[in-house]
Amino acid sequence: MRAAGITSRAHPLWLAYILHRLSGLGLALFLPVHFWILSLALTDPTRLDGFLALTDIGAVKLAEVGLVFLLAVHMFGGLRLMAMEWLPWTPPQKTLAAGATALSFLIATLFLMQAV
Amino acid sequence: MTAHSLKVTIERGPDTWDVFDVPAYESQTVLDVVSWVQQNADPTLSYRFACRVGMCGSCAMMVNGVPRWTCRTHMSKVLKDNAVTIGPLRNLPVVKDLVVDMDPFFDKWVGAEGVHHGTLTRDDPIAPVDETSEARIEANAGIECINCSVCYAACDTVAGNPDYLGPAALQRAWTLLNDAKDEGRVAILDAVSGSGGCHNCHSMGSCTTYCPNDLDPMSAIAGLKRETAKSFFRRGR
Repeated sequence: MRAAGITSRAHPLWLAYILHRLSGLGLALFLPVHFWILSLALTDPTRLDGFLALTDIGAVKLAEVGLVFLLAVHMFGGLRLMAMEWLPWTPPQKTLAAGATALSFLIATLFLMQAV
Repeated sequence: MTAHSLKVTIERGPDTWDVFDVPAYESQTVLDVVSWVQQNADPTLSYRFACRVGMCGSCAMMVNGVPRWTCRTHMSKVLKDNAVTIGPLRNLPVVKDLVVDMDPFFDKWVGAEGVHHGTLTRDDPIAPVDETSEARIEANAGIECINCSVCYAACDTVAGNPDYLGPAALQRAWTLLNDAKDEGRVAILDAVSGSGGCHNCHSMGSCTTYCPNDLDPMSAIAGLKRETAKSFFRRGR
């Protein structure tokens, strides 16, 4: 070990990077299982129903929230990366764009929650 | 004179470090502290510096795990509980104590075609440079690099891939690509799109965060990504 660890990672861009990477790994682990269970609809419907019954359990519901979080984080991480690398905008322009997107989603989510 | 002393830990090898009590002064820099240790406590301590005013780029070290130019980093900025840890730059082979071998860093500078590609001779008129052109503004944004290797030490992609050219060399390639006096476009795009090239970059942004001159290598590399992609699709047509 060294006398001081590497602390040069404690900044937003690096944290965004690691969040994107870890959410991607999480999804990569989840997707094969997801597709396998979906395939049961064709091969073994009773077993599929057994799995679907699991979704009534609170812990599974909580895990689903985590899954949606991973998906959302990974999607926005990807959009962020593409915007950052492919659109030669100035930093204030990017901040404005990110703010506008966040505000749009806030309004859309509020609207959705009113609707349901 | 000195009111109190600082606890300074200096890394001397992969698993060894020495702790020194260094008198505190007003406006003291990290380089001042290292120099005090070498002049007053341990003359065998090796470190590198030259200009002491942030121009030469030779005194960069890891300070509390963060790469910094030590001559222009005040102790007041980095002290934690009156203590600081100083080590050699990351991602480069250590020669001794705080001195690293900069050869890989400069070799990659050349590897990224960070050299002048001229076509004119001394008999030709000087190429006109339009200071207001978009390309010149891009080039100007990166030319104040002092080759200190702080970005190179901050980059995790460099740590993970020894062939990666790194932020400084790629930024240099980007400035040359945008330089009206440089005719190396094909050579540069070829050099930066190889296995160690710009597409290794994960946009972690540590280079831009820690560049002591407030340059933005991450955006320069993004520019190279766009240009190499454009040139790929053009050839494919």
